[in-house]
Amino acid sequence: MSTSPSHTVMTTMSAPAGQRRPRFGSRGRLEPYLLIAPTVLLVAGLMVVPVVIVIVYSLFNNVVTNQNPQFVGLTNYFTILSDSSFWNAAGNTAVFTVASVVIHMVIGVAFALMLNSKLVHTLPRSIFRAVYVLPWIFTASVVAVLWRLLLDPSGVVNFLLESLGVLHHAVPWLGTPATALLAVTLINIWSGYPFFMISLLAGLQGVPADLYEAARVDGAGLARQFVSVTLPALRPILFSMALLDLLWTTQQFTLIWATTGGGPIDHTEVLSTYTYKLAFNGYQFSLASTSAVLILLASLIVAIFYVRQQRKESQ
Amino acid sequence: MSTVMRPRARRGLARVLIYLALLVGALFAGFPVLWMLSSSFKSNANIFAYPPALIDGSFSFQPYLDVLTDPVKIGYFVNSYIVALCVVVITLVIALLAAYVFSRYEFRFKSIIRVVIIGVQAVPPITLLIPFFGIMVGLHLYNTYQGLVLTYVVFTLPYAIIMMTAYFDSLPRELDEAARVDGAGSLSVLWRILVPVSIPGMVSVGLYTFMISWNEYLFALTLTQTDDRRTVPVGIQLLMGQNNYLWNQVMAMSILGSVPVLVLFLIFQRYFIGGLAAGAVKS
Repeated sequence: MSTSPSHTVMTTMSAPAGQRRPRFGSRGRLEPYLLIAPTVLLVAGLMVVPVVIVIVYSLFNNVVTNQNPQFVGLTNYFTILSDSSFWNAAGNTAVFTVASVVIHMVIGVAFALMLNSKLVHTLPRSIFRAVYVLPWIFTASVVAVLWRLLLDPSGVVNFLLESLGVLHHAVPWLGTPATALLAVTLINIWSGYPFFMISLLAGLQGVPADLYEAARVDGAGLARQFVSVTLPALRPILFSMALLDLLWTTQQFTLIWATTGGGPIDHTEVLSTYTYKLAFNGYQFSLASTSAVLILLASLIVAIFYVRQQRKESQ
Repeated sequence: MSTVMRPRARRGLARVLIYLALLVGALFAGFPVLWMLSSSFKSNANIFAYPPALIDGSFSFQPYLDVLTDPVKIGYFVNSYIVALCVVVITLVIALLAAYVFSRYEFRFKSIIRVVIIGVQAVPPITLLIPFFGIMVGLHLYNTYQGLVLTYVVFTLPYAIIMMTAYFDSLPRELDEAARVDGAGSLSVLWRILVPVSIPGMVSVGLYTFMISWNEYLFALTLTQTDDRRTVPVGIQLLMGQNNYLWNQVMAMSILGSVPVLVLFLIFQRYFIGGLAAGAVKS
């Protein structure tokens, strides 16, 4: 390849964008590899290798704690998949995740539509938007302590519900088997909807105004406009956000760990806390790795859907 | 006349309803935060006073003073800042180099590397936790800043690369080709030509990176052991673990721990929302 600068410019200018690139001699050919090397080293060493390690761990017994682990094939998978605690955790994860994602979506759409409404004046709009984004500022660790304070038996939520006559006596929401999963789900809903809302707001601003105009001319009411203009325009964002949220919520650890620790007993145990306890409370690293691989598989399935969706959208 | 009034009246009613709904939503979103703020100024004895009040006789800055004069708690903040700032700088540098290559070069393995970088984002943290524990102990990076920094760099790198590549792709190629003609090397083109016009993208990626590092809990919990390496999210939980909950100090520390993200958010709101929304939909 020529290294003459003028030739370089010619090649690029005449080549269709994004197809052919100039090369810069032998040093030039090495250069991309040098520049990408830190990334490749880090991602390979601390992402790819650990994933391989955890898969290998899942096929052996007595890993980490013992010098000589024994290969046991898929035995650990049979152990985990026949463990009722695993299925309890999987069930809780499913309830927690599906409820969170659906309600995130509903609240996200509702708040975004309200904030985007022409009926709301500019100043209140910015104030409301700022308030609505607030939960997003706080990390899970902070959200957890805040809601432990709010939901305490002598806390303000119980006080309000008692004052309104909804409750006759205080309920320890996070400590009662019947309400604990509901409570952690509520907390997750509170902390997660702003991300939906923000993306939907950006999406709403991208809906051409003349679409609404045309719908109005055709005699469509607000509800009809929402169904035939707004929803179709937001559908790709909604779908992507829902899949991302699904991915993140199934992986939620901190919020559960710092509010209930999976309790009372195992009523809020999710797959991540179950796995963590196997590893760092029970030192059963082989079984924990097996559970971690199963979580990975579930995540990959969601991720594949996500990537497919992205492909479809970009075509 | 009535046919003119009716839509206007309906509009008025709709406006009232929307404001009512907005207020209910604001209560849901804002009240918990207001209560956190209020509790952070109370004496611990008054935290669960009956009936509860937003501001009561015990109002003072004492909880904040208690947090800010405790060397251990100050240490949590120092650790969080050190780790987060290191991660931002290192992630940005590595991501810029990678994004530059992805945007401006063709080379073998390019598409494989790209697929892997996109793919690893789907790996759940809990899956990586067990091997990471072993690796960090093996590398003697357990309970060190370097261990946490390395961990967060790897976590934030894929998103940073994807975003910066998209940013560079949006810049006209003629920009750096012109510098090439003048004989500038790749790094010099990157540094002198591309970086200065990519500040908005870098700010957005930097903020994201800072937030992830500042907020991370699971690995901070597992990969550190002593107070002199604990970060704020773990420190807050340690405060909760003691026998007598010092609720007011926990709330004060939570507020203080959220201030950096709040401030960054307020200053860079535009970059933040635009970048995040774009990232969520594109990455």
